[in-house]
Amino acid sequence: MDMPVPNAAVIARKSKLVSRLRSVLPADAVISDPAETRAYECDALTAYRCAPLVAVLPRTTAEVAAVLKICHEEQVPVVPRGSGTSLAGGALPTADCVIIGVARMNAVLETDYDNRFIRVQSGRTNLSVTGAIESDGWFYAPDPSSQLACAIAGNIAMNSGGAHCLKYGVTTNNLLGVTLVQMDGTVVEIGGPWLDAAGIDLLGVICGAEGQLGVVTEATLRILPKPEGARPVLVGFDSNEVAGTCVSDIIKAGILPVAIEFMDRPCIRATEAFAKAGYPDCEALLIIEVEGAESEIAEQLARIKAIAMTHNPVEFREAADEDQAKRIWLGRKSAFGAMGQINDYMCLDGTIPVSSLPYVLRRIGEMSTAYGLDVGNVFHAGDGNMHPLILFDANKPGDLELCEAFGADILKLCVEVGGCLTGEHGVGIEKRDLMSVQFNPVDLEAQLRVKDVFDPGWLLNPAKVFPLDVTAGRRAG
Amino acid sequence: MRPRTEAELSEMIKGAQALRVQGGGTRRIGHAVGEILDTSGLSGVQLYEPGALTLVALAGTSLAEIEALLATERQRLAFEVPDMRGLLGRKGASTIGGVVAANASGPRRVQLGACRDALLGVRFVDGRGDVIKNGGRVMKNVTGYDLVKLLAGSQGTLGVLSEVSFKVQAVPEACVTLTAARDLPQGLADLRAALGSPYDISGAAWMAGRVMIRLEGMAGSVAYRAERLQDLLGFEAGAADWAAIRDVTAFADKPGAVWKLSIKPTEAAGLIDRLGLEAICDWGGGLIWLLDPSGQSDVRAAVGATGQASLVRALPGMERVPVFPPEPAAIAALTAGLRAKFDPRGIFNPGMMV
Repeated sequence: MDMPVPNAAVIARKSKLVSRLRSVLPADAVISDPAETRAYECDALTAYRCAPLVAVLPRTTAEVAAVLKICHEEQVPVVPRGSGTSLAGGALPTADCVIIGVARMNAVLETDYDNRFIRVQSGRTNLSVTGAIESDGWFYAPDPSSQLACAIAGNIAMNSGGAHCLKYGVTTNNLLGVTLVQMDGTVVEIGGPWLDAAGIDLLGVICGAEGQLGVVTEATLRILPKPEGARPVLVGFDSNEVAGTCVSDIIKAGILPVAIEFMDRPCIRATEAFAKAGYPDCEALLIIEVEGAESEIAEQLARIKAIAMTHNPVEFREAADEDQAKRIWLGRKSAFGAMGQINDYMCLDGTIPVSSLPYVLRRIGEMSTAYGLDVGNVFHAGDGNMHPLILFDANKPGDLELCEAFGADILKLCVEVGGCLTGEHGVGIEKRDLMSVQFNPVDLEAQLRVKDVFDPGWLLNPAKVFPLDVTAGRRAG
Repeated sequence: MRPRTEAELSEMIKGAQALRVQGGGTRRIGHAVGEILDTSGLSGVQLYEPGALTLVALAGTSLAEIEALLATERQRLAFEVPDMRGLLGRKGASTIGGVVAANASGPRRVQLGACRDALLGVRFVDGRGDVIKNGGRVMKNVTGYDLVKLLAGSQGTLGVLSEVSFKVQAVPEACVTLTAARDLPQGLADLRAALGSPYDISGAAWMAGRVMIRLEGMAGSVAYRAERLQDLLGFEAGAADWAAIRDVTAFADKPGAVWKLSIKPTEAAGLIDRLGLEAICDWGGGLIWLLDPSGQSDVRAAVGATGQASLVRALPGMERVPVFPPEPAAIAALTAGLRAKFDPRGIFNPGMMV
């Protein structure tokens, strides 16, 4: 994985930069000692590391604006960082950059149940947004699996999803407004606590732009009343194809579960060895969760059961109580940990049309044999968002590269069948060089032009999202 | 100018001067000058997968054709496209591209989102004549910048749509409306209570002294939720014409300017009272349609910082009132910058959205 050569002239100006940053931030908010900046050397894509030149931890929008203004004047690249949980390297620094970490900006600014929104500083963690309102019967819907740690800032940057977005949508569908600091320090308010923001949909393009258009410091989020209850069922099948058809039939019948999760046999076996959730040993299983009052849950589950039974499942397991419901989710929630027990793994998140599921799973199996690397599949089946976990040994020379090549082939397959490279993790550095598989040069140029408008000097997170050769001329300028 | 293929569209744009981009011409608001670019020749559904809830169509495909096709599988566009022909005095047939360019969304927006939330992908031609694709036909896609959202609601100012893909919805088996006679403040308070309940409301409106909420889903579920809401709010099951709310038909034959406001719902009652105008409220009070017979009310000043207002239908003499909400300087600079990048010669709908 290539990263741009750090700008030696910027590194040479470090002491001036640090003193300017100290003039606008409290002493404890500027981290410049190499022993301490190492704490920011990577995110959750740990295979790649590079300590930043400086890290700053502002507490207010005004402080973020002051920092960006300085970095703009000094022509220093800036990498925004939420909680550093990106699986795609979205927060990976370069040696000549300033990391702006929003972790100290975690306040709830306004809660308004009558108008159904919450306004928070962007460093607040996803789960603690719901935490602030759940005792009053409300929740914030997007639920990425890192929700305990991940920040709203990162959720907005990556347009994060989660298991429950089948019903509630992803971040962009639940975001009403942002306070955005542009690279030159200009602060803009976009949208607000009403449904339709004025003008062209700037909010829509900022969400998912991986921190390349500005630093989001505050966010207005749509909140929802909590459903009265929820319950999962587990359905096992002896073929991936039949499980895929069952998913399609449920969706087509107009039933809207909040989640339909899929695990294949390698993943089921690994999970059973690790978490002992009592899953059946079968080719594929679905976990389907529905919500509502007791009678509504029963009505939906009866309908789902009727559909599932037409596909001769090897098992249809309902949860009689809270404990059994937890056990149904236990294996799924332990899946990543279970695979991690076996070996290092790389997690992909290409998305495919649901109808291509059996074909894609079969091809992944064939590639697994060809590459000699095991792979387990666990994913959000209702919306076709795959999560192949490729196992490799980081200590074995060449294994990471082999795994990356396998991963690239899977993602190319996703694009080939009409899907995309990433459904919820983002491009970052991980899928940067594959963008040309999905987009032709004209498609990419249109996206680059958007960044030209927001950040003409290409200082914000410049080495991400787009292939380096495509952005070379802009970054140099 | 009426291209029949994307390639023809691209060629025509390369040689064109000012263009008024038009689908069926049924919902355009705002001023634009130039030769009409009629996109209705780009017609046809390209892909429909009922089991994946996905539909791809050329942008000039008529809305009626798409709705009829979806109906054969008991599916529909979830965002409930308004028909503005009566209100705006237009004829013609809406195209799906026009719907997207206007981000046209009806009562169900309060539950399932706007047109932009159901839009999965676009193909469009920019002001250079370049064909650009973004998004795709899968439900989750964060690959690169989301130009899909940017194009939705851009009123043809950034590019001419050639193809759009949607997530569609299965038509629920049951639908019930609950209604009651309520004055505006009490009606809106009831709507807030309903939307603050776990009973998953798919419509929440107030019109002519009546408040109404809509419940959709499986039969047992709808019956259960209706019973709970009747207990909570004292509403009765009844008929309501949701299309009339969606299409603002009550204002169609009444003279006057019509404003569309997107605001904080709790501001609605006070605002309408202060202005003293006839109003229809949708989205639980978040969407307000106002009829101003004289065209003299300063609606934008009344809205202030509580939301935004568009002048959907103007009276003669209101030419100087901006149709779209005026933007703060920093936002206007970003908008102008994007338009200059996508349409460097300034040929798409000059005068629109400025």
